[in-house]
Amino acid sequence: MKLATLFCAAAFACSVAGPSLAQGTKPTDPQIAHIAYTAGQLDIKAAQQALDKSKNQQVRAFAQDMVRDHTSVNDQALALCKKLGVTPEDNDTSKNLVKDADAYRAKLASLSGAAFDKAYAEHEVAYHHQVNGALESTLIPSASNGELKSLLQTGLKIFKGHEEHARSLASSLK
Amino acid sequence: MFAIVIAVLAAAPAVAGTVHIAMKDVAFSPAKIAAKVGDTVEWANKDFVAHTATARDGSFNVDLAASKTGRTVLKKAGKVEYYCRYHPTMKAEIDVSK
Repeated sequence: MKLATLFCAAAFACSVAGPSLAQGTKPTDPQIAHIAYTAGQLDIKAAQQALDKSKNQQVRAFAQDMVRDHTSVNDQALALCKKLGVTPEDNDTSKNLVKDADAYRAKLASLSGAAFDKAYAEHEVAYHHQVNGALESTLIPSASNGELKSLLQTGLKIFKGHEEHARSLASSLK
Repeated sequence: MFAIVIAVLAAAPAVAGTVHIAMKDVAFSPAKIAAKVGDTVEWANKDFVAHTATARDGSFNVDLAASKTGRTVLKKAGKVEYYCRYHPTMKAEIDVSK
C-alpha cells in the first residue's frame, strides 16, 4: 500500500512536471488555474459516481461533502479568473488528470457494494494526497498572482481536511 | 436608587455571557477558550465552505453553511473537545468552569 501510494505520488509529480511544462519551466497562472479547477471537477465526478452506486450512508455523506466543497472552491476560482482576466488554459497535466480519473471511474464501475465503497474511499485518500502534494510542491510556489496563490493555499487547507476525512472513512470501512 | 441596583445585582445569579469563536481560513480561532456553564458559544463561519462545530462527547453539533453564525449553550463543566466533521483537521476545545 505504501509503495503503491508512493508510486502514485511519483507518477503524479511527473505528470505535473510533464511535457507541456518543459524542464525548469514553471506552470503559468492560466495553467495552474486549469489544473486546480480540473482536479476539483474530477473529484466531483468521482463523488457523483459514489452517489449513484453506494448505499452506505457514511460514503454518501462524504461524497455529498465533496460535491459541495469542490463546487464552492471552483466557483471561487472561476470568479477570481474572471476578475483577473485569466482564461484557464488546458495543458498536459490537466489532460493526464482527466485520463487517469476516467480510467479509475471505469474500474470502479465494475465494483459494487462494500467493495465499491472501500475502493472509492481509498482512492479519495490517495487522490487528495496526490493533489495536495502537487499544490504544495508545484502549483502554490509557481503561482505568480497573489490572489490566486492565496486561494490555492485556502484550497490546500480544505483539501487536507478532506484527506483526513477520507482516511477516517476508509479505516471505518475495513 | 443606587443601593437598590446594587442589591438586585448582588441577588441575581452571574449573568451568562457570550463567547465568540471564528471559523476562518479552515481553523477555529481561538482554538482554546475558557467559558462558564450557562454561557452561549457563538461560532461565525467566515469561510466560503460549510463547517461544523461537533463535540467529541456529543454535547453539541452546530452545522454552518458559508458565512453563517450558530450557537449553543454550555450546560456542564469540563473540557469539551470539538472538531469540524467536514474538515477534521480543524480541532479546538472549550474549558468550561462552574
